[in-house]
Amino acid sequence: MSIAITTQFICFTVLSLVVIIGALGVVLLESIVYSAFLLGGVFMSVAGLYLLLNASFVAAAQVLVYVGAVNVLIIFAIMLVNKKEDLKPINDIKSRRVISTSICLTLLSLLIRVDLTNVWSLSTPQNSIGEESTIRIGEHLFSDYLLPFEVASVLLLMAMIGAIVLARRDVMSKDISTGLPVDQELIEKSSEPLLTNKN
Amino acid sequence: MNLESIPLQAFLIVSSALFCIGIWGLLNSRNAVRVLMSIELMLNAVNINLMAFSSYVDNNLIQGQVFTIFVITVAAAEAAVGLAILLSLYRNRVTVDMESFNLLKW
Repeated sequence: MSIAITTQFICFTVLSLVVIIGALGVVLLESIVYSAFLLGGVFMSVAGLYLLLNASFVAAAQVLVYVGAVNVLIIFAIMLVNKKEDLKPINDIKSRRVISTSICLTLLSLLIRVDLTNVWSLSTPQNSIGEESTIRIGEHLFSDYLLPFEVASVLLLMAMIGAIVLARRDVMSKDISTGLPVDQELIEKSSEPLLTNKN
Repeated sequence: MNLESIPLQAFLIVSSALFCIGIWGLLNSRNAVRVLMSIELMLNAVNINLMAFSSYVDNNLIQGQVFTIFVITVAAAEAAVGLAILLSLYRNRVTVDMESFNLLKW
């Protein structure tokens, strides 16, 4: 075993441990803010796994889009809706937990069994493209994946317009049916400030 | 099988574990923001799978990496629209508890 292979193994072990433990923290921690920052760590480690797989462009895209956009968006959403509220207890919470955990463990064992027993037809590393992958992705995007590429741009435009329309606070000056001016208090429902600490 | 590098199965097992953690979080979270985070975890698990196969099975044409780019695009759009829906839901109901969104329950 050469030193490069050993380094690869150490990097893979550390990154996958960070991914798994961070993901467990995301779903298990009480504070949603800790969850959001752990999610950023998970995204960074996934980008590291991509680097181990010789995919520098996708790793950069992962860091830019997930850590830079999605995670920041999630943190903004937490800031906007972060109100301490006492959740109503559910009476059959224990049976729900047992059923969902057993379903997840069953699915996990099935997936791991498929991973380990199936014989994958691995290709030879001789014709590997290696570090040229960015060039090959560009060739794909502008030849045989051109239509999905353009459709993705339309999808992003639709998502942008849809997000603006959904998140906008509608302020109607007059009622459509009666023509009378609308009481703005009824529209602006959040009368109390959201980010006050009551102590 | 090439013993001199990380086996493909290691990547597949990591992504399986990540996917199952995402499903658990999706089923058990009370907070709607955490549900969105679980969906992101599941999408990342799928991406790891695609990348591992494109590197080990299809290492000359790397179509899996192109698919990963598209999945990242769709995930970004999904996160934006999902959080906008969450904001308007919070404005109407003044809560993010998943148990209180039971309008479509039969």
